Amino acid sequence: MTSTFLPDKRTGRDAGLPPPATDRSRSRARRRALNWLTAVGFQLPALVLFMGLVLLPMLFALYAAFFRWGGFGMPSEYIGGENFTRLLQDDVFLGDLWRCLVLVVLSLLVQLPFALAMAVLLNQRMRGRAVYRMLFFAPYVLSEAITGILFGMIFAPDDGFADQVLGKVGLDGLGGEWFADPSTVMATLFLVMTWKYFGFHMMLYLAGLQAVPRELTEAALIDGAGPWQRFRNVTLPLLAPTLRISVFLSVIGAIQLFDLVWVTTAGGPDHHSETMAVTMFQYGFKRYQVGYASAVSVVMFGISLVFALAYQRFVLRRDLEGATTTMRGDGK
Amino acid sequence: MTHSRTSRRGRNLPLHLVLVLVGAVMAVPLLYAALSGFKTTDELSRNPVGLPESWVTSNYTQILGSGDFWRLIGNSTLIAVGTTVLVVAVSALSAFSFARFAFRGREALFTLFTMGLMFPFAVAALPLFLLLRSLDLLDNPLGVILPQAAFGLPMTIIILRGFFRQIPGELEEAATLDGCSSFGFFWRVLLPMARPALGTVSVLAVVTSWNNFFLPLLVFTDAQWWTLPIGVQQFQGQYSAQYAKVFAYLVLAMVPALAFYSVAERQLVGGLTAGATKG
Repeated sequence: MTSTFLPDKRTGRDAGLPPPATDRSRSRARRRALNWLTAVGFQLPALVLFMGLVLLPMLFALYAAFFRWGGFGMPSEYIGGENFTRLLQDDVFLGDLWRCLVLVVLSLLVQLPFALAMAVLLNQRMRGRAVYRMLFFAPYVLSEAITGILFGMIFAPDDGFADQVLGKVGLDGLGGEWFADPSTVMATLFLVMTWKYFGFHMMLYLAGLQAVPRELTEAALIDGAGPWQRFRNVTLPLLAPTLRISVFLSVIGAIQLFDLVWVTTAGGPDHHSETMAVTMFQYGFKRYQVGYASAVSVVMFGISLVFALAYQRFVLRRDLEGATTTMRGDGK
Repeated sequence: MTHSRTSRRGRNLPLHLVLVLVGAVMAVPLLYAALSGFKTTDELSRNPVGLPESWVTSNYTQILGSGDFWRLIGNSTLIAVGTTVLVVAVSALSAFSFARFAFRGREALFTLFTMGLMFPFAVAALPLFLLLRSLDLLDNPLGVILPQAAFGLPMTIIILRGFFRQIPGELEEAATLDGCSSFGFFWRVLLPMARPALGTVSVLAVVTSWNNFFLPLLVFTDAQWWTLPIGVQQFQGQYSAQYAKVFAYLVLAMVPALAFYSVAERQLVGGLTAGATKG
């Protein structure tokens, strides 16, 4: 905006001496064109990179999803929507959707409330606060693959560390096959996800809590509100924008979950921990059904998009300007 | 006074207990791995929980003495640095244009970039692989650097744009009057002033690249280019029976990320919270 007068210099126009009317409007048009070119010139590298490596592959996946294609040469065997109808009858893929939903629900009911509780605890002045914060957040900076391998070994069936510890404290009944048992694999996975990610959400909440004005909670205290009432009626509403962002990130994370699953179970046993991304990988890179795998990609993208748009429209919309410009993308 | 203080401490006791408990759950897996690395696999099966009977250092020293481990570190570093330089440079130019110019199509373009936040990488992985294959970028570090930079653009642009907008317009006017071109202003005035923000986005980019698993898994079949997470997975596959060795490897593989975190905690946490909550 401030640079609107920049082209002025370049065209050599002197603002003090207004040129004749026709000339002036022509020069203004030229100035505007130059300004536009400069601005877009700065955008060019980002645009090329983004178009070429994010948008173009996505569009190609959309195209390839309509073909039976092994991944070599160009797709040629057009089969219409067959890949998509096949997806809807594919028990593994329908299971992926169900497991995604399970992880989202567990995250919202267990992981995020837990992160919030920890954030509220650590928002008080107390000894060792910085150490706890650092410790709780530390797993977030570790690679998913390395974390997964570590926990794969800790939860090794029967003689792993987890079972040994449970045995030592007399809780043998809780131990078991963990990742190897279809009935416990999702719970184990969720446990590891919570270990790895709750610290991140806690940090978001802590940043949000810092922004809650102390005067408000103090006023509520003077009005005789108890700790729960103060939390419920003052802190929580003010934290709502942060909570909505955290829910959003949690859901998007569940949709694209891959690394942790791949290194611990590769989707097993018998698909019981498979996610959409794992299914896509299996078909795309192991079985060379690239057209079908593309359809999985497209559906994943569709789910992300619909979720993001709906979330923006119905949930984030209520937030104050500035709190969610990231997701609104209206640049204000 | 003393009474209220003791009662407050008494009330805080359960809270402290909760924190100690959670802290233990967080720390124990890491400590367990570190201790297990000092045992032999034999001892590990006999004595999985306690301290090592005799501290065996050979697991660690063997890994540190092998070229493989250092090559993984080198590759991960090269790719992280390459990605960071590229994504920060390109995003800074773009964010400058978003923050300081009014031009037709600006809002549409910005929306396009922010939409990128909604594209999970996994969605684009397959077509990206096909594209990289046709560009002959498989088994080439650029095959990981370029896509990582592309996927890092949205977050980096959003954070930098927010920062650039806070720099007063008078500065630009003054620079222009002194004969600075807009690129001159960007290069000589804006970037030096934006050093904290550049630090934040760089730290984010380094950590994301360092931990990336999916893309290197697709791109590198040649062991010569493997990054740390891929190397760890391969090592575990190869020595799956030798638990103690694998634990030592896992611990050593975690050290760089944890060390980086302890140095750059402020930028990392600041960047993540800013990226998630502000535009």
